[in-house]
Amino acid sequence: MRELSLNVLDIAQNSLSAGATLVEIGVEEDTAKDRLVITIRDNGRGMTAAQLNKVRDPFYTTRTTRRVGMGIPLFRMAAEMAGGGLEIVSAPGEGTAVTAGFVRSHIDRMPVGDMQGTVTALIRMNPQVDFLYRRRFNEREMAVDTRELRQVLGEEVPLSDPDVMEWITGYIQEQEATLTQSSGPLDAGPQL
Amino acid sequence: MKSIEELKAIRDKAKEKMTVRDASGEEGIRVVVGMATCGIAAGARPVLNAFVDEVAKRHLGSVTVTQTGCIGMCQYEPIVEVMVPGKEKVTYAKMTAEKAARVVVDHLVNGNVVAEYTVGSMLK
Repeated sequence: MRELSLNVLDIAQNSLSAGATLVEIGVEEDTAKDRLVITIRDNGRGMTAAQLNKVRDPFYTTRTTRRVGMGIPLFRMAAEMAGGGLEIVSAPGEGTAVTAGFVRSHIDRMPVGDMQGTVTALIRMNPQVDFLYRRRFNEREMAVDTRELRQVLGEEVPLSDPDVMEWITGYIQEQEATLTQSSGPLDAGPQL
Repeated sequence: MKSIEELKAIRDKAKEKMTVRDASGEEGIRVVVGMATCGIAAGARPVLNAFVDEVAKRHLGSVTVTQTGCIGMCQYEPIVEVMVPGKEKVTYAKMTAEKAARVVVDHLVNGNVVAEYTVGSMLK
C-alpha cells in the first residue's frame, strides 16, 4: 500500500464482509503530541477471541468469506514501522474496532493520502451501508454522516446517484480543506 | 461551499430523472472491479472511480459498476470484468484510470472489446 487511505479502504472491506450496517472511519492528527490515529469501527458480527488471535497471521484467512488475509498484517506493518502499533477490539455480535497509531513525524510514516477517494468509493459501492467519516486536525473537526444525507435525500434518491456523489465528493474536499487552513496543507499525497 | 440546500435541489432533480430511467427496463451491462487487498494495493480505487465517473458523464443509465473480492490472479490486478448480456465475459487486467476511460468508450458504448487490455493478451 502506498498510502494509508488505501489500508483504510481495505480494512473497511472486512467490516462489510462481516455484515456491518454502519462503518465509522476516524482520522485524527495531533501535531503537539506528534500522533496520528486511524480508526475503523463497525457493527458487524465481530470475532471470537480465537479468531482475533489468528488475525495477526498473514496466512490465516476464512476461506469462504475471505475476511482476513494480508489486510490487517499490512496495516499493522505500516503502523509499527512508523513507531506505532495496531489494536483490534472485537467480540461476537458486538462488531470490531481496528485502531492504528503512528508517530506523525516519523520518516517512515506513510502519507494519509486520498481519504475522500476511499470514503466515496465505499459509499458508492455499498448503498445499503451507512458510513460516518470523521477527521480531526488538532482542535478542528469535520464529519460526514450518510445517515444524515439519507434524511435529506429521502427514500427515492440513492446516495450513489452521480450528482449526489459529486456533491459528497466536493463537500468532503471542502471540509477537509477547512481543517488545515492557515496551518499548512493537509497531508493529501498523490491520488492513487 | 457545498450546502444542504444544494443537496436538496440535486434530490429534486434526481427524482425527475428517475421516472425516465425506470421506463426503459432493459437488462444492463455489468462492470465488476476487484477490490480485495491485492486489487487495492495495485491501484483499483482510481480504476473504480474512473469507471463510475465516465459512466455518469456519458449518462449510461443501463451500466452498473460493482466490486468483488480476490479472484486469484493477484499479479494481474487491477482486474475488471465486463459482462454484456448475451456475450461472453471479458476480463481486463492491469487496469488504470486511463485504460478505464477507453474501455467505457470502446467497449461499453461502441461494443468493441479492447483486446490489448484483456488478460488473454497478457498471457500470450
